[in-house]
Amino acid sequence: MKGYLLLSVIKMLLVFTVLMVGVALLTLMERKVSAWMQNRRGPNRVGPAGLLQPAADGLKNILKEETFPVLANRWLFLLAPALSFIPALLLFAVIPFGAPLPVDFDFTLGPLGRFVHHGPMPLVVADLPIGFLFVLAISSMGVYGIALAGWASNSKYALLGGLRACAQMVSYEVPMGLSLIPVLLLSGNVSLSAIIHEQQLGLWYVLPLFLSFFIFFISGFAETNRLPFDLPEAESELIAGYHTEYSAMKFSFFFIAEYSNVVTVCAMVTTLFFGGWDIPFTHWDESGGVLQSLATSGLFFLKVMFWIFFVMWIRWTLPRFRYDQLMALGWKVLLPLALAYIMVICVAIYAINRYTGWTDPVMRGLGLFGLNVLIAVLVFGLLDRNVFVRGSARQRRALQARAQRAPVVT
Amino acid sequence: MAIGVKVLPRPGREVSYVRATLKGMALTFKHMFEKKVTMQYPEEKSTDAEHGSGRWSLSPRWRGTHRMLTDEQGRSKCVACGLCPQICPANCIKLVPGEDEQGNRYPLIYEIDEFRCVFCGYCQEVCPEEAIHVGVHYENSEYTRGRFVYDLERLSSQTHAVSTLWDPTDPKGE
Repeated sequence: MKGYLLLSVIKMLLVFTVLMVGVALLTLMERKVSAWMQNRRGPNRVGPAGLLQPAADGLKNILKEETFPVLANRWLFLLAPALSFIPALLLFAVIPFGAPLPVDFDFTLGPLGRFVHHGPMPLVVADLPIGFLFVLAISSMGVYGIALAGWASNSKYALLGGLRACAQMVSYEVPMGLSLIPVLLLSGNVSLSAIIHEQQLGLWYVLPLFLSFFIFFISGFAETNRLPFDLPEAESELIAGYHTEYSAMKFSFFFIAEYSNVVTVCAMVTTLFFGGWDIPFTHWDESGGVLQSLATSGLFFLKVMFWIFFVMWIRWTLPRFRYDQLMALGWKVLLPLALAYIMVICVAIYAINRYTGWTDPVMRGLGLFGLNVLIAVLVFGLLDRNVFVRGSARQRRALQARAQRAPVVT
Repeated sequence: MAIGVKVLPRPGREVSYVRATLKGMALTFKHMFEKKVTMQYPEEKSTDAEHGSGRWSLSPRWRGTHRMLTDEQGRSKCVACGLCPQICPANCIKLVPGEDEQGNRYPLIYEIDEFRCVFCGYCQEVCPEEAIHVGVHYENSEYTRGRFVYDLERLSSQTHAVSTLWDPTDPKGE
């Protein structure tokens, strides 16, 4: 028991440290990527290639004055950064970041007693049986921090930002949750370790459940308030949205929370749809061993980094949504799409079980993949502006007919 | 009656979200590997010989802080004629003329308040002796405001290049 406790504490420290340092470096990466995409160099003055820039920023933020708006609700104002910071860090506890590491020790440490551990140690802080339900539950707590920040600041900009964040995050939670039901249907388990195991046996879920991945990733953008869904902070409209009134380290906490949410979303995408720490086309990584653990952790890191880069890439490419477009996308497109997709996958899995004798998960995955190609073509063909979103063809014809009848007023 | 709405039939490739998104992403990705345009300022300067002629060259119309030219003996060329304080629209030149034993006029006090100066370049244009010039120079930081009133000694000790006042009727300076 004590051995388990000791290992848990070590894992906690490890994950916390890596996450905090990683988040700090992500702020630098964000600036670098944005600079490169705009033919600039990015920060390169502090330290080699600007690597110490996050340290300089952090130091600056610690030394800055803490301001409190006169009429702000002081306690809620103080509580809000913590409330958005804690869930952001809590989320990473359930994400497995490598193959189980074989650990064997048995020693006695003075008055603390005997520490014993034998056998493989899963590389995850807490391998909860409720898996991604925990992630969904805790990630929706983040909205409290943002809403409270907006409300407690007693500022119009912050309030508008908080309101927008509430509506947006509540709206996108629905398709996000629904998009994970096909994953549950296919894997038969919500535990993330079990989902990774299922993907090792069959295909990575991005192939048989492509649309789920698509919906989850888009909702993930909206949940983390990243561009193109950054309406809660929308510089050009709301100054800085919900954290307009925050300064110094309290502001930094919101920033850290945003980036650790990004990391979590990317880690979730990797775990649920890209095999987690799985090395594809080989079963060497499941055989257990220190080297295997290191290699799979490294690959997991690379996969997450790729998705983080992707998030930044999107951010510096796409413009911000208008608010009604955002709501329309959430409620009129993603929600029905997710519901319909659940139906389709249900029927497909039932049909595979009933009419084909496929028991091999790879075969079942390939069957679903074929179906998904069809669905993807249909969805991306139909959802494109000219056919579906912009208005039906009938409405357009009616407009055209009316335009021909009435003289055009310009 | 509602006003007529002009509906333009547009081809799918112009109104497609997916296509536009992918196109934009390809564009930003391509830009990541292009040549960077940033000038590494303290290391590279527009006034450097190697960069001054290229992309970052200063405009030929650039008029920076002043410089007083001197003759071979190191005395300022100024004869204290009083034309520059006369023409100066910002009234930033303070000139007190003096005269030596041979009857040569020279400035006793010649001060330019660079804060008041609007860098019009009239002083250089009007100067009959080609003494006062506006310079090709832009690094003017000081620790106190008082340091921005340049006296004669300061003006004469500047070494930066001087402006060749750009003439709009003769843009190439021929």
